[in-house]
Amino acid sequence: MDEVRIIELKQSVFENNDKQADMLRDELKKKKVFLLNLMSAPGSGKTTTLVSLLNKLKDDYKIGVMEADIDSDVDTLKILKETGCKAIQLHTGGMCHLDASMTKQGLDNFDYSDLDLIILENVGNLVCPAEFDTGASKNCMILSVPEGDDKPLKYPLMFEVSDLVIINKIDVLPYFNFNIEKCKANILKRNPKAKIVEISALKGEGIDALVTILKDEINNWRNK
Amino acid sequence: MHELGIVFYVIDAVKKACEENKASKVSKVTLEIGEVSSVIPSYFKDCYSWAIKKEELLKDSTLDLIIVEAISFCDDCKKTYQTTKYGKTCPHCKSDNTYLVTGRDVIIKNIEVE
Repeated sequence: MDEVRIIELKQSVFENNDKQADMLRDELKKKKVFLLNLMSAPGSGKTTTLVSLLNKLKDDYKIGVMEADIDSDVDTLKILKETGCKAIQLHTGGMCHLDASMTKQGLDNFDYSDLDLIILENVGNLVCPAEFDTGASKNCMILSVPEGDDKPLKYPLMFEVSDLVIINKIDVLPYFNFNIEKCKANILKRNPKAKIVEISALKGEGIDALVTILKDEINNWRNK
Repeated sequence: MHELGIVFYVIDAVKKACEENKASKVSKVTLEIGEVSSVIPSYFKDCYSWAIKKEELLKDSTLDLIIVEAISFCDDCKKTYQTTKYGKTCPHCKSDNTYLVTGRDVIIKNIEVE
């Protein structure tokens, strides 16, 4: 038997992802492509919100959508059918989140040089996507009314990393014990800088306000 | 929750280190797992045992996990405390103006090779 050696690595798993994410962010900045990472729990209305949003933004921006799911292509087909925007499906092969290298691989398979806005619909999950920086220009998360106003307390990291928090399904507020002011206070407790917008993606309420916030974010990013 | 992804990442990093150090067999991999890294050690071990079966370099290796305690620092009273016990709120002065110092990361400490 050969002699045994110890190789010291001291290599951080998350640090490496952070480095890759920063590289991707720089690359996208150079190409003037704004990447929005959209996160939420399953069933909070990511795809419905996206469809409403895309239909209001597609005249002003050339938009692409990357749908990340463990399996299936229902979301991509819905985006294509209802908005006509360029969309691709990423399968994470059982993984619960996207990291920076997977995001980059997805982008490399997607001719995005002519786009100016890409929305990444992350895997529906409030835990893991918050842990991994994807390299996005901004992070956005959706919390829907049926999930409860205490979620910012239970999943603090998700709210800490999100620049924009969308409270969706406000049309069903009368049927749920959801205190919107308490929810906002809980979000701001975790992240005092978070922007918060209330919408009903299904009924169209608040979508214009969301469009304005996003356009401001994109303009600020371009001028930075 | 994302143990499998991290296992794959670790395997790739170990293979790269072996190539650079001209090692042909790994006998032990030592990782430091933060208490609030969201990696569950028993799941991680299961994923690792499954994933190394297909790796010639690693298939006989053992895995050693060192748990790193999560410690938070309070920016108001400048004291530290145990994160898993008190969460975001400082037990000394009840402030929420706190941040995590250690315990979130997963680090590949070293590998034992032949």
